[in-house]
Amino acid sequence: MHAAPHARWAAAAAALALAATACGGGASAGGAGVLTSSWGDPQNPLEPSNTNEVQGGKVLDMIFRGLKRYNPRTAKAENMLAERIDTTDSRNYTITVKDGWRFSNGEPVTAKSFVDAWNYGAGLRNNQKNAYFFGYIEGYDKVHPDSGPQTADTLSGLKVTGPRTFTVRLNQKFSSFPDTLGYVAFAPLPRTFFTDHAAWVSRPVGNGPYLIDSYTKGSAMSLKKWDAYPGPDRARNEGVTLLVYTDSNTAYTDVLAGNLDLVDDVPATQLKNVGTDLDGRYINTPAGILQTLAFPYYDPRWNTAGARKVRTGLSMAIDRAQITKTLFRGTRTPATDWTSPVLGKEGGFQAGLCGHACEHDPAQAKKLIQEGGGLPGGGLKITYNADTGSHKQWVDAVCNSINNALGDDKACVGNPVGTFADFRNQISQHRMSGPFRAGWQMDYPLIQNFLQPLYYTNASSNDGKWSDKRFDGLIDRANAETDSATAIGLFQQAEGVVRDNMAAIPLWYQNGSAGYSARLSHVALNPFSVPVYNEIKVG
Amino acid sequence: MGRYVLRRLLQMIPVFVGATLLIFLMVNVMGDPVAGLCGERACDPATTAQLEKEFGLDKPVWQQYLTYMGNVFTGNFGTAFNGQPVTELMASAFPVTVRLTVVAVLFEIVIGITLGVLTGMRRGRPVDTSILVLTLVVISVPTFVTGLLLQLLLGVQWGWIKPSVSPQAAFGELIVPGLVLASVSLAYVTRLTRTSLAENRRADYVRTAVAKGLPRHRVVTRHLLRNSLIPVVTFIGADIGALMGGAIVTERIFNIHGVGYQLYQGILRQNTQTVVGFVTVLVLVFLVANLLVDLLYAVLDPRIRYA
Repeated sequence: MHAAPHARWAAAAAALALAATACGGGASAGGAGVLTSSWGDPQNPLEPSNTNEVQGGKVLDMIFRGLKRYNPRTAKAENMLAERIDTTDSRNYTITVKDGWRFSNGEPVTAKSFVDAWNYGAGLRNNQKNAYFFGYIEGYDKVHPDSGPQTADTLSGLKVTGPRTFTVRLNQKFSSFPDTLGYVAFAPLPRTFFTDHAAWVSRPVGNGPYLIDSYTKGSAMSLKKWDAYPGPDRARNEGVTLLVYTDSNTAYTDVLAGNLDLVDDVPATQLKNVGTDLDGRYINTPAGILQTLAFPYYDPRWNTAGARKVRTGLSMAIDRAQITKTLFRGTRTPATDWTSPVLGKEGGFQAGLCGHACEHDPAQAKKLIQEGGGLPGGGLKITYNADTGSHKQWVDAVCNSINNALGDDKACVGNPVGTFADFRNQISQHRMSGPFRAGWQMDYPLIQNFLQPLYYTNASSNDGKWSDKRFDGLIDRANAETDSATAIGLFQQAEGVVRDNMAAIPLWYQNGSAGYSARLSHVALNPFSVPVYNEIKVG
Repeated sequence: MGRYVLRRLLQMIPVFVGATLLIFLMVNVMGDPVAGLCGERACDPATTAQLEKEFGLDKPVWQQYLTYMGNVFTGNFGTAFNGQPVTELMASAFPVTVRLTVVAVLFEIVIGITLGVLTGMRRGRPVDTSILVLTLVVISVPTFVTGLLLQLLLGVQWGWIKPSVSPQAAFGELIVPGLVLASVSLAYVTRLTRTSLAENRRADYVRTAVAKGLPRHRVVTRHLLRNSLIPVVTFIGADIGALMGGAIVTERIFNIHGVGYQLYQGILRQNTQTVVGFVTVLVLVFLVANLLVDLLYAVLDPRIRYA
């Protein structure tokens, strides 16, 4: 037999090759003082006013500081680069930028750095996906018209009045405007952004505690601490290496193997073991995300007085406590209002605002649905996208709750849509015939952000086309109110209108979750469920 | 031989056009790509219109296809939504997947054929039976199970390998993922070789070779194996394309940023340019691999050459 020795030789070679790679476990790719963290490929080019998802936002949060910054713990908007933001009428603002701030290439941050950046962000021909953030500033309709080409390059409401001062005139009263300025779209931009845009996008330059050392699109970004950072929140580690993972399961496995330091999205399938696997190095904290079921009010069957009762009944049929406990293992909290606990009581969060309508009461649910004329069309289809986020499981669970309450196992079914793009497509074309999945991640921690974009008539994210004059009026009054406590009171009244009509069924508040290696300490997630990188200590 | 090659090359044209057109239509049927770009919030209508214009999505599909194909022939595969040219994505993804495929094919050839010869020469013996059972197990277990299991055991429990592959994706790191990717095909190669070998062992020419008093290893390698490998070569050749396109599962498990990863991202984000571009190249790979297989036939078996 001559073949046998060959086989043995091949097997031995394979074994040897395996052994040669066996140096992996234990060592981290980070290096001294540098931590490695899981990352996803940003969907859009990394420009502040073009980044609307968490992965790109993560980087911008490390390399940019704006006029305001949201406190990672309390979510309160605090002055960062802003020395003063003055107004007398909630419509004309004078902003003074602090002295001594620089971009990491040495260029000073001036009033012009902000005004130029905002004009760029608002401009239609720059295709910025966050352009609507500048919609409150006067002249937006010229720079970003609803149709046709833009007729002005700059917002008429923005004026540079000194090296460090500029004025903003809004097209309506908006008292919480200063508090929105912590959002990354309002970040200042250095000259190189405009003069050599391609180079800037391939390696962004900002004014935050980190600078980008290298960036290989699609696979890794290495950020190092900026030693000359002038701000108060200097990095407490030497740097962060962000590694793109295709699957959060692999990232989690890498943390277990000591190959990665931080995973900021613990996969649902691992939640069962995460406590023992990571021995306490697991965080699960509330984030400003609320999941709801929205309804198509453009469908006349859902826009009747009876349908209001049906919606309330459906809300009561859902066993939120059980679904969040068994399916989500405590990473979701049953919702009792339409905002988020991260706002805090002062910020407008009201636990229990929804009252009995958000409590599990199958008998009452069935009664209400019958009083309201039964399910429109005789059955319920909950539409969701099946490609990400394990939405199928909870939609099935919600349907199961509803079917149990109604005693009819065919009353509610899930209606999966293949891709997120197609799901959004069907929503924007108003093709929903029943409730559909809606998730709202706040842009900034303000009660206004949980209400106006979602329920104001024709607002940008009012996908169900809900409209209520009383709600709109209360929002307008709240925005015009200069005293913030009174304004929040008015917003809460507006939220009461949403409740009385059950405009959308609140399901649960979502938590951010993260797991980390024993090398790290002081790991925390901010209210946007992004790790507070600059506070993490290594070793 | 020259006319044969030419004929095969001409046959590739309609296949290429048909395949790309189908993919183009399928991606377009999935809905409006711009709809998913702005996250849970709808893009404002002006930006949507602007983006559609920029990506040429406002034109009818046939026109989009013609423009696209026109551009492809000048080497322009368009721009992905994150602002990167698709050719740049390809330049980073294809080398990685090619390396992975090479590792996988090497495993198929070395282990698959060796095991095949081993079993084929000893039919009915315990070695044969146990390897047959083993291949059956490998075929019946899905790739993702094998992959996750090996990752967990070798990567986490025993710490022999890193559970994920670094962005550089060196050959050494690709051994385990390559083995996982190859596993099912490897089992098929073993079984194919075994059957083919066992059949040809009784052939007249083998008997003649043995009767001539040729050394046994010469009979096996020069006479028996050369003829028995034709179906195996067909399989491996066709498998190269399948491995490159089907690496999605393996690449995801081991975090390899290759073709499968880019395709997955492209489909998830409904990025027409990425998906069509990568599939176009994959179609070409399939066609070329098939062509090579046909040419190899001619080399292995003179009867085909002159037919």
